[in-house]
Amino acid sequence: MTLHLSIVLWLPVAFGVLGLLMPAKLAGRVALAGALLVLAYAVLYLVDFDMSSGGLQNVTDETWIAELGIHYKLGLDGLNLVFVLLTAITWFAATLWASFGQLEKPKLFFFHLLLGETAVLGALLAQDLALFVLFFDLMLIPFFFLVGVWGGPARIAATTKMVIYTLVGSLLMLAAAIATGVLAASGAGESLSFAFSDLAQRPLGDGTQEWIFLFFAAAFLVKMPAFPLHGWMPDAYRQMPLPALAVFSAVLSKVAAYGFLRVCAPLFPHAMEKFQTLLLAIALASILYGSAMAFTTTQARLILGYSSLAQLGFITMGIFALNEQGTQGALLQSFNHGLVVAPAFFIVALLAARAGGSEDIRDMGGIALRAPALAALFLIVAFATLAMPGSANFVGEFLILLGVFQTKFVFSILAFAGVVMASFYALRLYIRTMHNRTGPRVESRELSLRDAIVLVPLVLAIIAISVYPQFLLARTERTVAGGGTEPALAETPATLEAP
Amino acid sequence: MITAAAAKGPEIDWAALSPLVAVFGGALIVLMLGLLRSRLARETLVPVLSIASLAIAFGLGVWQWGERTDLIAGALRMDELTLVLTFVFCVAGIATVLLSWRHAAPREAAHGEYYALLLTSIAGMIVLVAAQNLVTLFLGFELLSIPLYVLCATEMRRASSLEAGLKYLIVGSVGSATLLYGLAFIYGATGSTDFAGIARDLSGGGDIVSDPLLLTGIALTIVGLAFKASTAPFHQWTPDVYEGAPTPVTAFMAVATKAAAFGIMLRLFDVALIDAAVDWAPPLAVLAAVTIIVGNVGALGQSSLKRLLAYSSVAQAGYMLAGVVVASRLGLQATVFYLAVYLVMNVAAFAVIVARERETPLGDDIDSLNGIGSTRPLLAWPMTIAMLGLAGLPATAGFIGKFYLINAAVAGDYAWLGVFIVVGSMISLAYYLKVIAAIWMRPAFEDEDESAVLAPPPGGEQPALAGASEEATTLRAQGEVVFVAVLFGAATFVLGIVPSPLLNVVRDAGAAIGLF
Repeated sequence: MTLHLSIVLWLPVAFGVLGLLMPAKLAGRVALAGALLVLAYAVLYLVDFDMSSGGLQNVTDETWIAELGIHYKLGLDGLNLVFVLLTAITWFAATLWASFGQLEKPKLFFFHLLLGETAVLGALLAQDLALFVLFFDLMLIPFFFLVGVWGGPARIAATTKMVIYTLVGSLLMLAAAIATGVLAASGAGESLSFAFSDLAQRPLGDGTQEWIFLFFAAAFLVKMPAFPLHGWMPDAYRQMPLPALAVFSAVLSKVAAYGFLRVCAPLFPHAMEKFQTLLLAIALASILYGSAMAFTTTQARLILGYSSLAQLGFITMGIFALNEQGTQGALLQSFNHGLVVAPAFFIVALLAARAGGSEDIRDMGGIALRAPALAALFLIVAFATLAMPGSANFVGEFLILLGVFQTKFVFSILAFAGVVMASFYALRLYIRTMHNRTGPRVESRELSLRDAIVLVPLVLAIIAISVYPQFLLARTERTVAGGGTEPALAETPATLEAP
Repeated sequence: MITAAAAKGPEIDWAALSPLVAVFGGALIVLMLGLLRSRLARETLVPVLSIASLAIAFGLGVWQWGERTDLIAGALRMDELTLVLTFVFCVAGIATVLLSWRHAAPREAAHGEYYALLLTSIAGMIVLVAAQNLVTLFLGFELLSIPLYVLCATEMRRASSLEAGLKYLIVGSVGSATLLYGLAFIYGATGSTDFAGIARDLSGGGDIVSDPLLLTGIALTIVGLAFKASTAPFHQWTPDVYEGAPTPVTAFMAVATKAAAFGIMLRLFDVALIDAAVDWAPPLAVLAAVTIIVGNVGALGQSSLKRLLAYSSVAQAGYMLAGVVVASRLGLQATVFYLAVYLVMNVAAFAVIVARERETPLGDDIDSLNGIGSTRPLLAWPMTIAMLGLAGLPATAGFIGKFYLINAAVAGDYAWLGVFIVVGSMISLAYYLKVIAAIWMRPAFEDEDESAVLAPPPGGEQPALAGASEEATTLRAQGEVVFVAVLFGAATFVLGIVPSPLLNVVRDAGAAIGLF
C-alpha cells in the first residue's frame, strides 16, 4: 500500500543520511526534498482519512523484540492526524528557512533536523508504549546537537540543561512504561506486551495507576514545559538556532500534550480523575505565569516562549477537562498554536535583522514604516496569538473553556484572565516592534522574496484554519468521542461552526 | 564414588573443553614464540596467533553450543551461559590485542609475555564462569587475577602504570582472601563444595538459611566478588587502576573482568545459593543502589576519560547487579545481555581513547576529544554512539539493555531498584554529554606546541621536539584502532535496532540454568 506509515516515518532520516553523503552545497536541497515529500504524504493521509471511523487506520503491526513484548506498531487516528500534519508543515517551513540561510556544517545540521522529524513522527505514530517512549526520548538527541553546535554563545550550558531537565522526566517515564507493561501483563496473567491495544484491555490497579501516572505527567510537563518545571526553557529558547526553535516550540511541546491523550487518558483513567485538580492547577499557573512573564520580558524570543507556556497551559487545561469539548479544543489549539508560533519566530528573526541584530524589543520600533507587507503578516499572526474572535485560536480556547466550565468551572473563570492577558502581550509585541518611535539602529526594509516564500504559506494556513476549523474538528471528533476520555457529561455538540 | 573417580582419574570430554584448551594452548605457543629473535615473529606473529587462538576458541564455542556437558567430575560445566560469556571474553580479548598491537605496553614487557598473560587471564575467566564448585571458583578467580596484576604494570617506564599494578595487586589480594574466607564458611555451613550439593542442602529448608555461619560466608563472598566487579563501596581502586594501567588493558579489565565477576555471581547466587535468596538479595539490592549513585556521582567531576569511564563502569556494575538481585531467569538474561552490550559500548569508547592518546599529547584528558567531530569523524561517531549507549538513550544497544534490566527488576518485585537505574541514568547524562559536547561543540585542538607546553603529556612518551607540530598534526592513529572503534560503534547502533539475535542467544543462556 502506498500509504504505509513506515514510509513517512523513515523518509526524513533517509533523506538526512542522503544529505550527509552529498556535497555540502546540496545538503539543503536534499533536506528540502525530504521535508516536502513528508508534507505530501501528510496531505495524502489527510485526504485518505476515513472520517467515519474512530479507530486506527493505516496500521502497521510487526513484532519487533519478541522477548520484551515490543511491537513495531504504527497507526493513524483522529488524535495524531492533526499533529502529523502540523509536524509536516512546520518542518517543511523550517527546512526551507534554513536552506535559504548560511550555516556552518550544513550537512550535519540538516541531518539532525530531519532526524528530529523522524523522531517526532515516530512518537506520534507509535501505537506501542515502548516504541512511544523510545521515540519520545530520541527526539532529544538531534535537538541536543542543534542547540549545542549551531546555537548562541552560551549554547553548551543551555543544551546540557535542556537535555538533563527533559530526560529526568523522560527516564522516569521509561521506568513507568516498563512497569505498566510488566504489571499489566502479570495482572492479566498474559505474556508481556506494550501495544496500546493490549494494555487498554489489562487495566491496572488504582494505586499502581497513580504513581505511574505521576511519572508520565512529570515527563510530559517538563517537555511542554509547564509552570514549575520550565527552568530549562528560557536558556534553551535564547540559544537555539531559529529553524530548530520554530519546530521545537511548534511541535515538540505538543507531543507532550499528545502523550497525555494517547497514553494517560486510555491507560490510567482513574489517575486522570484523581489528579484532575492538580493538573488543572498546574495548567492555570502556567497560563497566568506565562502571560505575566510574556508581558514583562523584553526579549522577543522569550515573549513567544512564555506565551507558548501559557498556551500549553490552555491545552493541558483542555485535556484535563476530561470531556469531549475540552479534548477537541486541546487538539485544535495544539494545531493552531504550532501554526502560529512557527511564523512568529521567523518574524522575530526578520525583526532582529532589521534592528541591528538585537532581539530586544526596546531596540526595535517603527519597522512597519518601510515594511508594510511584513507588518501585515505579523498582524495576522499576532491576532491569531491573542485568539481574536474569528481566528481558529478563538474557537480552540472557547472549546477548552467550555469543557472546563462543565467540570471545574472555577478554573475556567480564572483562566479567562489568561485570554485577556494574551491580547496585552501580543499587542505589546506588535506595537513595540512595528510602531512607536524608530529604534536607534533600526534600518527597516520590506521582507525579501525568500522570506515571503516561507511566511506567506504559513499565514495563509492560519487564515484557512480560522475560516474553517471544522476541517480538523470533523476528523478528530470520532476518535475523541469513541476513545480515551470518559463520555461527554452533557449532550452539547462537540464541535462548533466557524464563527 | 569420588574416591573411585580419583583412582581412575576423571574422564574428560575434550570436545567440550576445547574452547578452554584453545586459549591455554594459544597462551603457551605465544609465550614460546615471543622468545624468537626475529622482530617479525615477535611483533606480528605473536598478536596474530593470539587473535587466532581466541577466534578458534570462539568458533569451538559455537560448535559446542547446546551441548551442556559437565566436565572433569563435575568441576566445570560447559553450558550456554559459560559459552556466551566465553564469546564476550574472546571478543574483548581480540579487541584488546588489536588495541595493544602497536602500543608501548607489549613492547616494554616483551610481546610474548604480554599476550600470553592476556590469554591466560581469559582462560581463567572461562574457568571461573564454568565453575561448578567452590574450589574451581577460586582457581578461576586467581587465574584471571594474577595475570591482570602483571598486565597493569606492563608499561614499565611509566610510574603510574607500576603504581596501578601494585595497587591492584594489594587490593585484589585482599579481595581474594576475603572471598576464600567466605567460601570456606559456606562449605562449613553446608558441608559440600559443589554448587549442586550446596543447593540441595539449602533447599531442605529449616534453620540453615539463617545459620550465622552461612550468613557470614555469604557476606564475605559478596565482598570478595564485589571487589572484582568494582561495586561500591569496594570500588575505590577502580579509578586509580583504570587510569594508570595501559589503556588497552584498562579496556580489557573494564569489560572482561566485569563479565567474569558477574558470570560467577549469577552461577553462585542464582544456582547454589538460590534458596538462601532471603539472605543475600536485600543486601545486594542495597549494594546495587549505592553503587549506582556512587559511581555516577563520582564520574561527574572527572576530566580524565579513563577515570570517567572507571566511575561509569562502577555505575554500570550497579545496574547489572539489579539483574542478579532479582534471582530470576529474566534477571539472569538481562544481566548477560547487558554484559554483552556493555562490552560493545565500552570497547568503542576505549578504542577512541587509545587513538587520541596516540594523536595528541593530551593523553586521556577530555580535551583530547575537542572538535574531533569535524576533524576525525571516524572517531567522533563511535565515541558519540558509545556515550549515548552508556547513557541508555534510544536507538542504541544501551537502551535495550536498560529496558531489559528494568523489566527484570519490576517483574522481580524490585520496582524501586528500576527507579534507581533511571535516576542513575539521569545523573550519568551530565558526564556523558560533556564528552559529546567536547567532540562536537568545542573548537578543534589545533596548536599542538602551545598545548603541549600548557599540558605536558602525562605519559611523558613524546618529548616536545622542535618542529613536532607538523609531525603531530599529521599523526593518525593506526588503522586497526580506528577499525575497532568503528566496528564496535556500529555494533552498538545495530544491536539497538536489531537486538533479537543477541536476545535469542541470551535466552538460551538463561535456559541452561535449570533451577528457576
